[in-house]
Amino acid sequence: MDSSTRERRIAEHKKRVNLIFKKCVWDDFLDRALEMSPEDMLEKVKESGLRGRGGAGFPTWLKWKFAREAEADEKYVICNADEGEPGTFKDRAILQEQAGKVLPGMLVCAKVIGAEKGFIYLRGEYAYLLPALSQEVENFNEKIREKGERFSIEIKLGSGAYVCGEETALIESLEGNRGEPRNKPPFPVSEGYLGKPTVVHNVETLVYASIIISEGPECFKSLGTSDSAGAKVFCISGDTDLDEGIYELEMGMTIKEFVELFSDGDIKAVQVGGASGHCVPRKKFADTIIGFEGVPTGGSMVLFNSSRSMYNVLHNYLEFFEEESCGQCTPCRIGCQQLLKGIEAVKSGEKPSEYLDDLVKLAGMMKISAKCGLGQSAANPFISIVEHFREEIMY
Amino acid sequence: MSPEDLISRSAEKHGRERKNLIPILQDIVRENSYLSEEAMVSVARELDISPAEVYGVATFYSFLDTKPLGKNIIRICKTIICYMHGQDEVIRAIEDRLKIKLGETTPDGEFSFLPTNCIGHCHKGPAMLINDRVYSSLTPETAVRAVEEYI
Amino acid sequence: MSEKITLKINNIDVTVSAGATVLDAARKLKIKIPTLCNHPDICVAGNCRVCVVEQKDSGALPAACATPAAEGMEIHTNTRRVREARKAVISLLLSEHNNDCLRCYKNGNCELQELATEYTVEADRYISILKDYGVDKSSPSIQKDDSKCVRCQRCVRTCANLQDVSALWISGKGRKNKISTFMDKTIDYVVCTNCGQCVNRCPTGALTEKNYIEEVWGAIDDPSKHVVVQTAPAVRVALGEVLGCETGSRVTGKMVTVLKRLGFDRVFDTNFTADLTIIEEGHELLRRLSEKLRDGKDVPLPQFTSCSPGWIKYAEHVFPEILDYLSTCKSPQQMFGALAKTYYAEKAGIDPADMVVVSVMPCTAKKFEAARPEMNSSGFRDVDCVITTRELGHMIKQSGIDFNNLEESLCDSLLGAHTGAAVIFGATGGVMEAALRTAYEVVTGRAVPFENLNIIPVRGMNGVREASVKIEGCLSKWKFLEGAELKLAIAHGLVNARKLAKQVAEGRSPYHFIEIMACPGGCLGGGGQPIPTNMDIRMKRMDAIYSEDESLEFRKSHDNPEVIRIYEDFLKEPLGKRSHKLLHTRYTERGRYRTLNR
Ligand SMILES: Cc1cc2nc3c(=O)[nH]c(=O)nc-3n(C[C@H](O)[C@H](O)[C@H](O)COP(=O)(O)O)c2cc1C
Ligand code: SF4
Ligand code: SF4
Ligand code: SF4
Ligand code: SF4
Ligand code: FES
Ligand code: FES
Repeated sequence: MDSSTRERRIAEHKKRVNLIFKKCVWDDFLDRALEMSPEDMLEKVKESGLRGRGGAGFPTWLKWKFAREAEADEKYVICNADEGEPGTFKDRAILQEQAGKVLPGMLVCAKVIGAEKGFIYLRGEYAYLLPALSQEVENFNEKIREKGERFSIEIKLGSGAYVCGEETALIESLEGNRGEPRNKPPFPVSEGYLGKPTVVHNVETLVYASIIISEGPECFKSLGTSDSAGAKVFCISGDTDLDEGIYELEMGMTIKEFVELFSDGDIKAVQVGGASGHCVPRKKFADTIIGFEGVPTGGSMVLFNSSRSMYNVLHNYLEFFEEESCGQCTPCRIGCQQLLKGIEAVKSGEKPSEYLDDLVKLAGMMKISAKCGLGQSAANPFISIVEHFREEIMY
Repeated sequence: MSPEDLISRSAEKHGRERKNLIPILQDIVRENSYLSEEAMVSVARELDISPAEVYGVATFYSFLDTKPLGKNIIRICKTIICYMHGQDEVIRAIEDRLKIKLGETTPDGEFSFLPTNCIGHCHKGPAMLINDRVYSSLTPETAVRAVEEYI
Repeated sequence: MSEKITLKINNIDVTVSAGATVLDAARKLKIKIPTLCNHPDICVAGNCRVCVVEQKDSGALPAACATPAAEGMEIHTNTRRVREARKAVISLLLSEHNNDCLRCYKNGNCELQELATEYTVEADRYISILKDYGVDKSSPSIQKDDSKCVRCQRCVRTCANLQDVSALWISGKGRKNKISTFMDKTIDYVVCTNCGQCVNRCPTGALTEKNYIEEVWGAIDDPSKHVVVQTAPAVRVALGEVLGCETGSRVTGKMVTVLKRLGFDRVFDTNFTADLTIIEEGHELLRRLSEKLRDGKDVPLPQFTSCSPGWIKYAEHVFPEILDYLSTCKSPQQMFGALAKTYYAEKAGIDPADMVVVSVMPCTAKKFEAARPEMNSSGFRDVDCVITTRELGHMIKQSGIDFNNLEESLCDSLLGAHTGAAVIFGATGGVMEAALRTAYEVVTGRAVPFENLNIIPVRGMNGVREASVKIEGCLSKWKFLEGAELKLAIAHGLVNARKLAKQVAEGRSPYHFIEIMACPGGCLGGGGQPIPTNMDIRMKRMDAIYSEDESLEFRKSHDNPEVIRIYEDFLKEPLGKRSHKLLHTRYTERGRYRTLNR
């Protein structure tokens, strides 16, 4: 595709999908939302088909329903802005440009579940967002107090630990502890922050929730596929000639379509969903759908052209995991170190190439027996890269 | 302000409950760039918890260092995407300018130059943080200039 | 009635109460699921992943110890996927491990080794990632070797949940994750009570007692030394466990025989000084009570017991403001040492310089206690060498003696006679009960008003227990106590001790006398006791202790003939000058957050 066609197509996409970054006035929205009953709100979110944008894709309305039904004197809403997945930067962009839509999302969630306190857990690397965001939060708290709401939001800063994006680790961190994920069940919707029912949402999920409440579920539901309703914000990086990086796109595209739009064509692989996502090789571009029915993504799409060494890519990801694993469980703490040491040993000839098969088995075991999503998904890039780029790992 | 005062002021501000440990440690690091033995003992005393617990929590978080660091902290992204865009040369340029290796602190205690994981500016890599500020789309020249702003 | 849940494990129905885990349910069916990080005394961690099982309709393998049983659940514990995952987990652990079993102190009593054997795991399936750690031998009581640690965090949970000390914590993340003291300082620098509860729960050789087996053999082998040994009450109800006897066996007589056979010159009994402790500590309490109630003086009350050195060190660190409330009595071990090198040395005509006092204790903190600089009132170090029940077990095995077929014998005299009151020192509440048996009689001239002398209200395993005794019919000397209600409290495990100590520190303690034992269950659950120790085992040891008490001729410390004799011949009177010098001690503030003046 020549570049002007690509530009035109991208412009079309932008025109068709423009929810998150659309400018709008939120005062009216607040009034409208506050008139609505919690049941109505829940119903709207249910109808929209919205699923979590933080990676796992759990139906948003169900989380709200569970937390709503949980009996407790206190409940909490947490906005997960710990965005640490390599290659992901959409939550930063949303918080920079559209914080005004995140906060009402927290409020509606709070109204539905019956919470009076919300936290934004902002990754330490984004501390520079703090001045503007604090101002925004202060104004918001003030505004809703005037409207007679008891809900208020507080920002908490992370301190550089990727695993704190995992919701129970995040809660541990908020409680002042090491960010070690908890055993689940119990899930945070029944026992979360300080043991109270807690809903944790990705920044983007909250924005869609507020849009769905204010404009009705249709604007969202009409986009995407049946499994993956709506749109999603993508972070595009790597070997792309466009440097804008952030695009809100409809769910359900194939990787082929995607690559055609966002690159000059010489792409041998796409890492979908960051370091913990899957690596899709060129031969699978056409029949891989981006979405819950294909490869899910928290938003990160990294393109690799034919000059890139997939060994380096995998090595870099594994270094990331062996450092960022919380270290409490055996499969992940040691497994990540073994995968890294293992590919080094195969590369240097210390171990025969068949050792890669042992490692793939090990990765498979990590996937099913690690305690949390980090150790389970650290296996994803390993398995997919070794499967599709075995020679590059060996020689 | 003496470290003791800083810590008790911070404990006062956030509250002396266990859940406020991290904000207190963050305050200390903001002032002193790292957590000294004395600082951790003081925090333990303020919250009446074991210093081993303070140390255990601190060492979990990359930004809560327990070893001395320079006044200014450069954290350069070491994740693959920045690396694909020439992070190597940027690192070398900064190493040459500061005459230290990645991971080290200048002898005058002005700068620490540390690797960090993706900081969310991948489409504008190479990227780095100096203290809280982001510098992206770096070249060896712009990176050195950025560092020089702090000299 | 709590809610019942029915699930299937390996196609067999099992019903458990709500709150039970899959592991509990499997255990109910006597299906073994291997575990490592799980320990019944502490909260669930779910981090080792050795206990994974298969759950129908779930792709992942949940950890049995951390998964609540749910209605209709279908679990399989022995599928290919499960076996392979467990095998992989164990292989991974070995890749991080130093695998030096042959030279390891825990060889033969190591859960990791057992798992590796059971699952026929080759140690070199993965590349070794063992890091270079030093062994911390700074404490006289415990030793830490990170190269053998599996990061199960049992020690961390023990020290925090049970002991309220948190000397150990997890540090670092990812590959740097390890068990650390504050800033990885040596154990002697940080606040640690040396209780050894972490050691008792460590599944591997990462935390062990500092062992003094060679020192003891050395003393025995040295013809110029006169080596005497004392054994604490709780040892005799647990030693059998390491020698193939059933849990809860009483092996007192065999133990005495074996000690003689091992070559000790005299075999005495810490129980003797336990009885003595009761006399001294009981009189100290009565003195404090009379000064307060009769003379209206401001004396520190309640009085705390002082026989648990883990508790003493804890108080010295954490509650320096209440040190005056602690009884000044030395622990029975230290009283013994001081008397062995004075009273016994004199009677037996032995130069105390040539005497070696060895004690066999259920406790690792006793090793530290014996090394305290103030514990030299005989003019020498009072107790030279402290070994635990486990170390004695090793020595017996090394000697090749067939323990189970030994005849029984009695301790040597002078420092060997004892009563049932001394035996119960080994169980939580025992010191209290023994003290009451004596003090009540001193004050009223009558035995305590409990059937068969069994003061049931102070017994049991609740963490904190309260009791009160009304004193009636006092002898004339004690008239001021007439009608008084003596309020008593007992705590075991430092997390419980803290509650009572805090009340005293805050001036709101309603009690007169408080017994504290640092270890859960008291000494019978001491850090030096056989591994494993858990609630079941503690209960059995406790039953053994109380039946030993009932089996003895004398059940009240003041009836001990050798105690009567030592007062006549040597000490003259309780709290007298000699007692003061030999049997009482003082305490030192040690710093709440790290050790002072080291
Ligand atoms: C290792 C790990 C890191 C995660 N990081 C993030 C994150 O940075 N942001 C986020 O929203 N969710 C993250 N998640 C997912 C959260 O656990 C959680 O599912 C999510 O916040 C729920 O929000 P949602 O329902 O809006 O998706 C992470 C999960 C794992 C396992
Ligand atoms: S999988 Fe990794 S991050 Fe998750 S609990 Fe286990 S060690 Fe921690
Ligand atoms: S800790 Fe266990 S497995 Fe490790 S060396 Fe010792 S006996 Fe062997
Ligand atoms: S000996 Fe006792 S106090 Fe010391 S670390 Fe172990 S459990 Fe904690
Ligand atoms: S020292 Fe022992 S108890 Fe503690 S984590 Fe290591 S292996 Fe487990
Ligand atoms: S990869 Fe460097 S900022 Fe994301
Ligand atoms: S015993 Fe269940 S995870 Fe360790």
